[in-house]
Amino acid sequence: MKIVVAIKQVPGRDTPLRIAENSRWIDESEMQWAMNEPDAYALEEALLLKERDGGEVIVVSAGPERVASTIREALALGADRAIHIVCEDLRRRDALCVARLLAAAIKPEKPDLVLTGLQSEDLGLGQTGVIVAELLGLPHATMVLHVERIDSGLSVKRELEEGWFQSIELPTPALLTIQSGGNKLRYATLMGIKRARTKELRTASAPELGAEDAPTVGLDQISVPKKQKSTQILRGTAKEAAIALVERLKTEARVL
Amino acid sequence: MSVFVVLEESGGRIRKASWEALAAALCFGRAEGIAAIVIGARTDALAAEAAAGTVGKVIRVEHPLLAQYTADGFSLALQQLIQNERPAQVVFPHTYQVRDYAPALACRMGQVLIGDVVGIEEGPRFVRQLMQGRLNGSYSHSGNGPCFISVQSGAFRADPPETRPTPAPITTFTPAIEAAQIRTQPGKPFRASEQTVDLGSAQRIVSVGRGIKEAQNLTLVEELAAALSAELAASRPICDNGWLPLERQVGSSGQTVAPKLYLAVGISGAIQHLVGMKGSQCIVAINKDPDAPIFEVADYGIVGDLFEVVPALTEAVMAAKQQANALSDTG
Ligand SMILES: Cc1cc2nc3c(=O)[nH]c(=O)nc-3n(C[C@H](O)[C@H](O)[C@H](O)COP(=O)(O)OP(=O)(O)OC[C@H]3O[C@@H](n4cnc5c(N)ncnc54)[C@H](O)[C@@H]3O)c2cc1C
Ligand SMILES: Nc1ncnc2c1ncn2[C@@H]1O[C@H](COP(=O)(O)O)[C@@H](O)[C@H]1O
Repeated sequence: MKIVVAIKQVPGRDTPLRIAENSRWIDESEMQWAMNEPDAYALEEALLLKERDGGEVIVVSAGPERVASTIREALALGADRAIHIVCEDLRRRDALCVARLLAAAIKPEKPDLVLTGLQSEDLGLGQTGVIVAELLGLPHATMVLHVERIDSGLSVKRELEEGWFQSIELPTPALLTIQSGGNKLRYATLMGIKRARTKELRTASAPELGAEDAPTVGLDQISVPKKQKSTQILRGTAKEAAIALVERLKTEARVL
Repeated sequence: MSVFVVLEESGGRIRKASWEALAAALCFGRAEGIAAIVIGARTDALAAEAAAGTVGKVIRVEHPLLAQYTADGFSLALQQLIQNERPAQVVFPHTYQVRDYAPALACRMGQVLIGDVVGIEEGPRFVRQLMQGRLNGSYSHSGNGPCFISVQSGAFRADPPETRPTPAPITTFTPAIEAAQIRTQPGKPFRASEQTVDLGSAQRIVSVGRGIKEAQNLTLVEELAAALSAELAASRPICDNGWLPLERQVGSSGQTVAPKLYLAVGISGAIQHLVGMKGSQCIVAINKDPDAPIFEVADYGIVGDLFEVVPALTEAVMAAKQQANALSDTG
């Protein structure tokens, strides 16, 4: 199977977030970056499918120069080659515009399967994958934990709310958005990292892809959420705070 | 009709999240301008329930091929309805089902869903969370065509309506759908294997998140849980990693709990976690990040390194217990 995995680079989890001067986005100058976690699970699922049935795994990512480091990481983990859609103005584009870029890069590959994460950790839109499916005319399933090949195409296990699951069958080619936790993530080996340097990493620019760019939804401003509840913060050393907390839980909240 | 609200059902009744979507729709205008949409193969009961709400009318979107939810079926049916009626806004509850098809539906109409909205302000500007709840973003919609939004569960207050003297009028729309247009074949929902712990009835819960860093560090929180006679629970990444079984996961895709005491250790407080525990009587958060969203729902907080705070807390709990025992012995 030929599988394309869409991977987004997002701010690292422990990176402090500073709002940029214009309040329109965060100050990216000193940030650390990482692979969006559900995308790592999507990549893992693709690699498992390839190891089982053969084929090729192609990574596609849209973003500025810095995104190349995350692409290299995916190649080191075992992806065969990659497409980097170089665009500096990702933030300006709404979900449909980003999906158009991804779809334009994916389409000529004619994959059997496209995998995305179910949600990005920065914007949390949870919809880019579904839109890419729509643009490519593919059937899709979301929140997928497990993929199996059957004669008629695929059988996938989806997560529903509150501990429920569901199996869905769909023909290929198809697009799946992958939920985290369905498999166990691998680590890159030294060998893998070495090999990644020689793997094909093609770049494509947004104008080259000819994807229409006319956002209808804009992020105008970001802010720190206003606190609504007053939390009693217990201060002092760890020991002092712990003793104060136990006291409060006993006498004030009466839950001990 | 200027505003459509697409109601979702659960077990044959309109879901609470749907009433919340209706409450959000009232930000756009008066009830007379709102049409509630129910969708399925047999929608008479749902429509009657919806007609009691603060709506101008109810539209039943009915077709035998809509008996079971599919993204293809629902997108197609609603697309036809929306093209006919041209509402200015279409509001959904932000459920898993809506996440599955609404982005595709909006795309077909050249639009982008503004998803998981937590507030609607003058403009209108739509507020949604960014960076897992650490920041808010304010969004606006431009261009022609309907504005699609979905609203986060719990963000808009709503109760199921009281019966009103004259229910809203109900009309029916029959979309044109052919079996071949539905490409996926959904199976029946099923539950994971037998539950062996019942977090739902636990009095006290110590819940651990990614701040714990390594599986081997879990002993720290196990000791605290034992001292408190509490059950151990976790955020999703802990269960994803296989460090604790899935049945101990709290949140939208795990358990919903409401103990007397919920102690969150190294958990950031993403909305999918909060929905599973914010009904707890007393919430305590231990986190090194003073801006972590978990503090937004916490009654008590300790800002600090859990590797220092948790052992100190275990010790303080043990000391308090000993003191209580000593008192009862002498008294
Ligand atoms: C559809 C969907 C469903 C989901 N369902 C669920 C669900 O059911 N349950 C759930 O929990 N999540 C769920 N999630 C995931 C959710 O969005 C978050 O990613 C997750 O809850 C984060 O877990 P966390 O707080 O443990 O980790 P993180 O967000 O990584 O937070 C770790 C926290 O630990 C703190 N920390 C780090 N080191 C220390 C230290 N030494 N001392 C003190 N504090 C420290 C950090 O400041 C941080 O706040 C779901 C996501 C999606 C998209
Ligand atoms: N710039 C991007 N480059 C590659 N993939 C992306 C990009 N943005 C989003 N995606 C994919 O779409 C998924 C959902 O993202 P979102 O809709 O932003 O929550 C992610 O998990 C990625 O797989």
